Amino acid sequence: TGSTATSSGSAGGAVGKGKGKGGSGDSAVKQVQIDGLVVLKIIKHYQEEGQGTEVVQGVLLGLVVEDRLEITNCFPFPQHTEDDADFDEVQYQMEMMRSLRHVNIDHLHVGWYQSTYYGSFVTRALLDSQFSYQHAIEESVVLIYDPIKTAQGSLSLKAYRLTPKLMEVCKEKDFSPEALKKASITFEHMFEEVPIVIKNSHLINVLMWELEKKSAVADKHELLSLASSNHLGKSLQLLMDRVDEMSQDIIKYNTYMRNTSKQQQQKHQYQQRRQQENMQRQSRGEPPLPEEDLSKLFKPHQAPARMDSLLIAGQINTYCQNIKEFTAQNLGKLFMAQALQEYNN
Amino acid sequence: GQTPASAPAPAQTPAPSQPGPALPGPFPGGRVVRLHPVILASIVDSYERRNEGAARVIGTLLGTVDKHSVEVTNCFSVPHNESEDEVAVDMEFAKNMYELHKKVSPNELILGWYATGHDITEHSVLIHEYYSREAPNPIHLTVDTGLQHGRMSIKAYVSTLMGVPGRTMGVMFTPLTVKYAYYDTERIGVDLIMKTCFSPNRVIGLSSDLQQVGGASARIQDALSTVLQYAEDVLSGKVSADNTVGRFLMSLVNQVPKIVPDDFETMLNSNINDLLMVTYLANLTQSQIALNEKLVNL
Repeated sequence: TGSTATSSGSAGGAVGKGKGKGGSGDSAVKQVQIDGLVVLKIIKHYQEEGQGTEVVQGVLLGLVVEDRLEITNCFPFPQHTEDDADFDEVQYQMEMMRSLRHVNIDHLHVGWYQSTYYGSFVTRALLDSQFSYQHAIEESVVLIYDPIKTAQGSLSLKAYRLTPKLMEVCKEKDFSPEALKKASITFEHMFEEVPIVIKNSHLINVLMWELEKKSAVADKHELLSLASSNHLGKSLQLLMDRVDEMSQDIIKYNTYMRNTSKQQQQKHQYQQRRQQENMQRQSRGEPPLPEEDLSKLFKPHQAPARMDSLLIAGQINTYCQNIKEFTAQNLGKLFMAQALQEYNN
Repeated sequence: GQTPASAPAPAQTPAPSQPGPALPGPFPGGRVVRLHPVILASIVDSYERRNEGAARVIGTLLGTVDKHSVEVTNCFSVPHNESEDEVAVDMEFAKNMYELHKKVSPNELILGWYATGHDITEHSVLIHEYYSREAPNPIHLTVDTGLQHGRMSIKAYVSTLMGVPGRTMGVMFTPLTVKYAYYDTERIGVDLIMKTCFSPNRVIGLSSDLQQVGGASARIQDALSTVLQYAEDVLSGKVSADNTVGRFLMSLVNQVPKIVPDDFETMLNSNINDLLMVTYLANLTQSQIALNEKLVNL
């Protein structure tokens, strides 16, 4: 998708750095506190504007209190900005934030949210967006909302930040294998998850009580449904695609290694032959051949960028985690069904 | 800028002398207003953030109209100033916000407006008139954040003309039925958010996977015990039997499938095998990529 919310740099009055204590090696944000309102708005945005595999995005507003990031409001970002040529993302954001300031809503940019399809969100686009956000505002997070998992029974909302190590690497923009090895980044150290809590004010609690009294009881208990094959099938399909990509990447890397070592051998042989020839020429009294620049003869191969394979590995990891959670839940449900059936007999 | 309204001081029925452009006619879409919980949460939030000295907040309601009802799906608050004899609403702001919102959800129309508080004041009539210019037959929603009678009453109105035809007409707000509409995911979100009512500092974390299953089963257990209690009461004669409830109970009991134990065993085992295999594969994949990482970094 082309429209990423990367306009954080232009957010004039939006750097909430005053209160945040960014430790040098430690993460600045230990906990994310979300208002119930934000949760409802995100759910609504996806429900109305998201279809299938498209992602919906939006901006989070709030403030930083000590080591806690409080998210108090949010607004959605329009999709399909590729069609509308004269749509200015930055202007939309600025106008929205200015208007919200008039009604006393926190206008500090503290992050962004995105919906996901079966857990696939570890992409280059996300990395870039989150990097530019975190670069401008240290405490920003990206909230990933999984609508399919939510529809299955429980809200799936996770907050992620880039680890300080990854921030360093992104700043250098050096993604070669040596640089990554030096920074000792593995796919597990790319994103860190920040725990989320949901907080409501007293008045909202009153509202909740009121709603509970007036609304009908939910008649769908999706959480206890035993049907799992559909979801499993789709998740496994995505996992297989990623693993295919990964294996191709590995083949590329192996080819590179092989080529490099072959090249080294060839260089070595060339050097030896040269020396031999030179010795022969000396014995015959002829001038030695000029030393040639070996690097021009044997151009070093380009090392494949490692960032993509890291991302793929990270994505595979996320898929596996999700699948394991899902199967654990379903196993529990199956055992419960078994117990009930035995009781009946 | 704000457009001040010149309200006559003794404002009993400051109605226009000729019928307004959009007031007459039956209410389109029947008499039901369906609200989404996100609207109410938004209204309460704007109320909490109101300016010093403002007694209430107002804002625009957005949504869709269909044959049977009006569905309100979004809202935003509009700054306004209110005093004894004057009311000023920033309509420029309202227009701007509506344009911005339209970029995200082009299907939402202006349906009306909301105000916190439990009464309809004279100023409400004026504001309602403003909104009649934006939408045909706007609805007016009141959310009682002042908690009169100990409850937050939520009411919706539409305005109708009343009075003797040919003379100055008055405006009457007739109430509408309010229903709450939820998307499935919204329902789940609201259920989760509602839990903050029970926690001491109003903070809850998101629960782990098995905890959620436990929670859902507990809820079903509660529902079942309520039904059982009702059945026992009817049997012991405490409560008179109701045929419709009886029919529901009958269909409930009939829905439990009768499976031969052996078939159930096979079904259970095959499902468990599938899940275990998938878990094994996931673990295998994870160890593979970890191994790959180690090899690359050698």
